[in-house]
Amino acid sequence: MAATEATVPPRDPWYQRLMEPLLPPLTALLIAAVVGDLLILSFGQSPREVFRLLVEGTWANAYGFGQVLYKATTLACTGLAVALGIRAGMFNIGAEGQLALGGFAAAMVGLGLPAGTPAALAVLLCLLAAGAGGSLAAAVPGALKARFGASEVIVTIMMNFIVAALLNWLVATKVSVAESLHTPEIHAGAVPRLAEVIPAFHGSAANFTILVAIALAIAVWWYLFRTRAGYELRAVGLQPDAAEYGGIDVGRTWWRTLLLSGALAGLGGVNYVLGYKQYYEEGFAAGAGYLGIAVALVGRNHPGGVLVASLLFATLSQGALAVNALVPKQMVDVLTAVVIIAVATAVPEVQRMLRAVRGRLA
Amino acid sequence: MSVAIRASGIRKVFGDCVANRNASLEVATGEIHAVVGENGAGKSTLMRMIAGMYAPDAGTLEVNGRDVTGWSTREAIAAGVGMVHQHFMLVPTLTVAENLVLGQEPRAGLQFDRAGAEAAVRALCERTGLKVDPARRVADLTVGELQRVEILKVLFRGAKILILDEPTAVLSPPEVTELWKVLRALVAQGGTVVLITHKLDEVIEVSQRITVMRAGETVGQTDTAGATPASIARMMVGREVRLAGDDHAEPPTANPQTADGRRQTEAKTADGRRQMAGTASEARPIANAGTGSAALSVRALTVASSRRPNEVDNLSFEVRPGEIFGIAGVEGNGQTELIEAIAGLRPAVSGSVQLGGTDITGWTVRQRADAGLSHIPEDRHRRGLVLEYSIADDLILGLQHRFSRGLALVRDRIGRNADERITQFDVRPASATTPARALSGGNQQKVVIARELRGREFSVLLAVQPTRGVDVGAIEFIHDQLRAARNAGKAILLVSADLVEVLALSDRVGVMYGGRLVVTLPRAEASASVLGPWMTGAMTGGSHGGH
Repeated sequence: MAATEATVPPRDPWYQRLMEPLLPPLTALLIAAVVGDLLILSFGQSPREVFRLLVEGTWANAYGFGQVLYKATTLACTGLAVALGIRAGMFNIGAEGQLALGGFAAAMVGLGLPAGTPAALAVLLCLLAAGAGGSLAAAVPGALKARFGASEVIVTIMMNFIVAALLNWLVATKVSVAESLHTPEIHAGAVPRLAEVIPAFHGSAANFTILVAIALAIAVWWYLFRTRAGYELRAVGLQPDAAEYGGIDVGRTWWRTLLLSGALAGLGGVNYVLGYKQYYEEGFAAGAGYLGIAVALVGRNHPGGVLVASLLFATLSQGALAVNALVPKQMVDVLTAVVIIAVATAVPEVQRMLRAVRGRLA
Repeated sequence: MSVAIRASGIRKVFGDCVANRNASLEVATGEIHAVVGENGAGKSTLMRMIAGMYAPDAGTLEVNGRDVTGWSTREAIAAGVGMVHQHFMLVPTLTVAENLVLGQEPRAGLQFDRAGAEAAVRALCERTGLKVDPARRVADLTVGELQRVEILKVLFRGAKILILDEPTAVLSPPEVTELWKVLRALVAQGGTVVLITHKLDEVIEVSQRITVMRAGETVGQTDTAGATPASIARMMVGREVRLAGDDHAEPPTANPQTADGRRQTEAKTADGRRQMAGTASEARPIANAGTGSAALSVRALTVASSRRPNEVDNLSFEVRPGEIFGIAGVEGNGQTELIEAIAGLRPAVSGSVQLGGTDITGWTVRQRADAGLSHIPEDRHRRGLVLEYSIADDLILGLQHRFSRGLALVRDRIGRNADERITQFDVRPASATTPARALSGGNQQKVVIARELRGREFSVLLAVQPTRGVDVGAIEFIHDQLRAARNAGKAILLVSADLVEVLALSDRVGVMYGGRLVVTLPRAEASASVLGPWMTGAMTGGSHGGH
């Protein structure tokens, strides 16, 4: 895969090369749109009207677009986390817990820093803490998987509950502001809002953590396709027996990958804690970890695809608020589910058909 | 002559791959008909269409004069056409009888009529001469017995036309002889047999007529009487081919020591402990070995598998530089575990492995490889290649640390390496970016061999089933490569289920049975008839037993 990206065979024109990765997800989206239309019709509403509201509430105004960018930032982090795991043959369902612990760790470091710490340094330390927190939540399933072959699916799910309960307890008993479920405000440093540079975003939560997410996507791409560790990671994911034969320590690769995956998810916590609220609040992750699975799936486990997919799901999520007047906002949840199902089923089918068409032409 | 099967103008395309183009076949009722061709010639695809597994894209199929083009497996079975597949499809936890009646279980009231099922199966065994105890669990059967159960399963469903896909790949020579007897009996009882194989001596031995396929097409049909392996091979490949078996005539002259080679069989000491030929305790120097001290030595090695704690049982041998030591044996007698233990893929329970005098027993795969151990693995699809990787990427598997600077891979060096290997080993298509999955078996194996022979400095090569699933032309090439490596002073441990291959390449031959090396012979004294009894366990160095 890496090589096909690096050195493209000369015979395929660019549009054919793009067709392979793009046509399947676009087909899936088309199916989802049709199903969405039918759903809207069942509520007695006009699909055109609902989609108009959806676009108006998101991409068509600066505030809505800012909210989309804000939500996409978190989703990109958890999506990258899940995608990296899948590339190594692991299904990390623990991004939810890793995100929460990452956010909490960032908040703790932010609150613990002495007054007078330079803001930039404070933000950097908080970022490190967020990554470390996410890694910590992933370390338990990673160790159990590498050492005993325990299923990371089960252990990461369980870790979500453990992390949630632990943070719940810590916040409720140790660090919360009275009458609330959040920590005190962090004054050591903040990630600036986009509105400070582009005033049109005023009021939206969009902040510069989005640059972190883009940088992470580039870094993950480089790691996967340009480094020896990535070569080994993908070999482990595709064929663990071949990887083992190639002198790759499969268990260690799993362990290392889950730590990195956890760190990616954990960094997403900064978006809320330092970019938006300046505190850690119970339940801020709100399903962004689980939605990261859908983002990775729709993004075909490719960092670029993950960025696009995170925008898509963020749009749906923000759009749900805008269309609430006409249809229940849960309808958008259903639509999200349809996207996931359509991608899971249509993508392999469309790929098969593409290959068949090419075969006939050859 | 009545025609059992007639296929004409058959075309079948899978995605990019044309499996059959203008394939045809005519099988007479009551004959054993062999279908031969290189790997990927489209034999299995054609047979599967006859058995109803796929429908052809074009062409017609007739069975007993009836047009059955595009029928289903259910219809095929109802019409008495059954296929025995290359890979066993049995439920290991069920008994033989339970496997056979699966899907049409006899009942006594609400309950499964076990006695009835076993009686029915026993009657079929009697009639066909395929001897298996219907009450035994499939998991406990040997490979030969499994094969018999597969054939019984098809016959139990009333098959009159039997299609066998590479049935002898996993059998020892006596088991093969037994299978021929059964097939001849079936034909005598009015059945028809279609046999897919790439072993030409088998074709000559058992069939009446032969259909040859090449590149998805039927290129000829001939009566077996009058055909020779060489003439069939020429039809298969379309040019003259040097066959592995031809080397039988010429003794392995590469090693002058051969002449004084004497038979070394396993000796039993008074207390019943086995003493292996070729161990250090053997006072006599190993005849017919290469020169110098052992490049690879395995001492009292015991290796466990999930099935038993001594899958490899206290095994010892040495391989010297400039020697090919071939281990023959029916698959599943510990060869896989032995090789995995030597390569570092499976821990040893006890004993040691030494590479050039250094004990490497506890070393990792990479440490061993870097110390000069190359390995052509048994299963290139599972271990030897990452199928989704490009040829270029697969050519550095196990060498990736030598193609990186800091964290990053050095992509231009990977590309240059690929171009060089592809040219040296004539890999086709000659495109470094093609995924390994898209290559034919022979070209995939060339990628593996190119990497293992040229990718690193090595002193010992483990070559396991090096030509399995590889076409005749590539077999020749691979054998030449192995001989060249031997002549360049490498020590080669060859493990193959193909006795012809072991005999063609080896300077010394051993047989593994039940996790032990039951016999070791210089090449000059080894032959299929000498080794056969050892391979089945009929001879185990004194303790006659087996099954």
